[in-house]
Amino acid sequence: MLTLSHLSKTFNPGTVNEKKALDNLSLHLDPGEFVTIIGSNGAGKSTLFNAIFGDFYTDSGAVLLDGKDITFQPPYVRAKQIGRLYQDPMRGSAPGMSIEENLALAAGSGGWFSHITRADKARFRDQLAQLNMGLEGRMKQPVGLLSGGQRQALALLMSTMVPPKLLLLDEHTAALDPATAEKVLEITKDVVARHHITTLMVTHNMQNALDLGNRTLMMDGGRIVLDLKDPERKGLTVPDLLEQFRSGAGKNLDNDRILLS
Amino acid sequence: MNLATVLSLGQTALELGLICALTVLSLFLSYSMLNVCDLSTDGCFTLGAAVGAVVAIAGHPYLSIPAAMGAGMCSGFVTALLQTKMGVDSLLSGIIVNTGLYSINIAVMGGASLLNMNKTDTVFTKLKALLDGTVLAGQYRLLAALAAVALVVAFLTLFLNTRLGLAIRATGNNPDMVRASSINPAFTTVVGLCISGAITALSGCLLAQSQKSVDINIGSGMVTIALASLLIGRAFLGKGGILNRAIGAVLGAFVFRLVYTIALRFNMPAFMLKLVSSLIVVLAIAGPYLKSRWPLLQRRLRHGGKGGRGVC
Repeated sequence: MLTLSHLSKTFNPGTVNEKKALDNLSLHLDPGEFVTIIGSNGAGKSTLFNAIFGDFYTDSGAVLLDGKDITFQPPYVRAKQIGRLYQDPMRGSAPGMSIEENLALAAGSGGWFSHITRADKARFRDQLAQLNMGLEGRMKQPVGLLSGGQRQALALLMSTMVPPKLLLLDEHTAALDPATAEKVLEITKDVVARHHITTLMVTHNMQNALDLGNRTLMMDGGRIVLDLKDPERKGLTVPDLLEQFRSGAGKNLDNDRILLS
Repeated sequence: MNLATVLSLGQTALELGLICALTVLSLFLSYSMLNVCDLSTDGCFTLGAAVGAVVAIAGHPYLSIPAAMGAGMCSGFVTALLQTKMGVDSLLSGIIVNTGLYSINIAVMGGASLLNMNKTDTVFTKLKALLDGTVLAGQYRLLAALAAVALVVAFLTLFLNTRLGLAIRATGNNPDMVRASSINPAFTTVVGLCISGAITALSGCLLAQSQKSVDINIGSGMVTIALASLLIGRAFLGKGGILNRAIGAVLGAFVFRLVYTIALRFNMPAFMLKLVSSLIVVLAIAGPYLKSRWPLLQRRLRHGGKGGRGVC
């Protein structure tokens, strides 16, 4: 499905701020895998996502999606096959445009000069109703009026309207209050299961990392230091995970948010 | 001031307002939708005026309109290319194109800085001949301008609700989301600026033909005047659908002209136009900002000057 081979990326090379963000990282995902990723601050989790999505080109290595080499594809081309959600709920939708207009852009159906049809609206309404947030009655309202949780749920709907081959979730519930986060997570599980989308999810909640999906990666210093798959992953507890991290990375996990949550 | 003067004042304001409303609509596309402050507007306006005049003088009054719009489109294309493909800052690319256009405009006018169209057939004279003998005969300038504005408003309303139009609006709103929708924001910027350039040039072409002359400074300060009108219009009709907001932009252009025409009647010298438009832009942008700081300022005053120095 997704194959990353020997990805390396160094920021500010040759300066005092030199930072090796990805260090010869290789990874292979099978179709339908739901992988959770945890790691310290600056471990390279977001950099990994940026490399997969094409926000920058890596210094070396290759990215293959479904057997096709996409190493030098720009992000907007990759977006046809890769959906992405950010920690900031504001990044996924255009605030000045209505819910309906946002969905129409994400749906990507029709030619450049097509208008939103009545059939489109009915379809959008159905899909919004499934979110259970009352958004189906507010399709003409600007997205800027929605709450963070509603915007994140909308962004999730938008990025999976045309089911992508790969979904990247970058701590997409971290900025939401616990109840909303729970709800968005439920919707996420539901959507991913329904469309069998291969998913990579960064989280700082270790319990979530163990509960969700079927594989957990731990990153440190731009490398994957621990790769746990089911069935060994099943039955692991958070302290087990911390211990495994210590032996894998040779140091303690130093992510305040992980340790506090 | 008698009624006739008031009416004639109103009509002049309406004619000029409508022609300049086209530039306001072009900024509505580039500034309000794409979030690009296109500083090549002045040069592009003059380019439209010059190309339109040259083609009309060559004996093709109808061809002058598409010719001017095509030239404006090229100008918008270059501005967009500089900022999307060549790493030039968007403000700077407008300034660069504007500067370059000065030479191009003089070249278009055959080395002269002034062209006269007193005896030239233009779209206005054609319309005048067409309406000759009807009740509308005296209003040919107004009608031509009105038709152009109505067409552009209708076009923008339709276009900005197509998929491409939505993508252009989203580019100014959240480029990340455009990329996520598998659309290249560089492409939408190019399309948007080409269209806005064409509309600006149309505006210049019509102004030159209605006043039967074009000089190299016809477009100078246009971007500020249009911006002032746009912001005035936003104060009246800033919310709602595209149609509402486009009409607001036209209304803003008219109000701006009306205020200016009245000020002229009260012996404000004509050269004050640019200063007035600058002040309006400053007021319209700085006003809401200062208003939002006002409660804090009040609180600080009540606080008795304690709590730290420095201008907030």
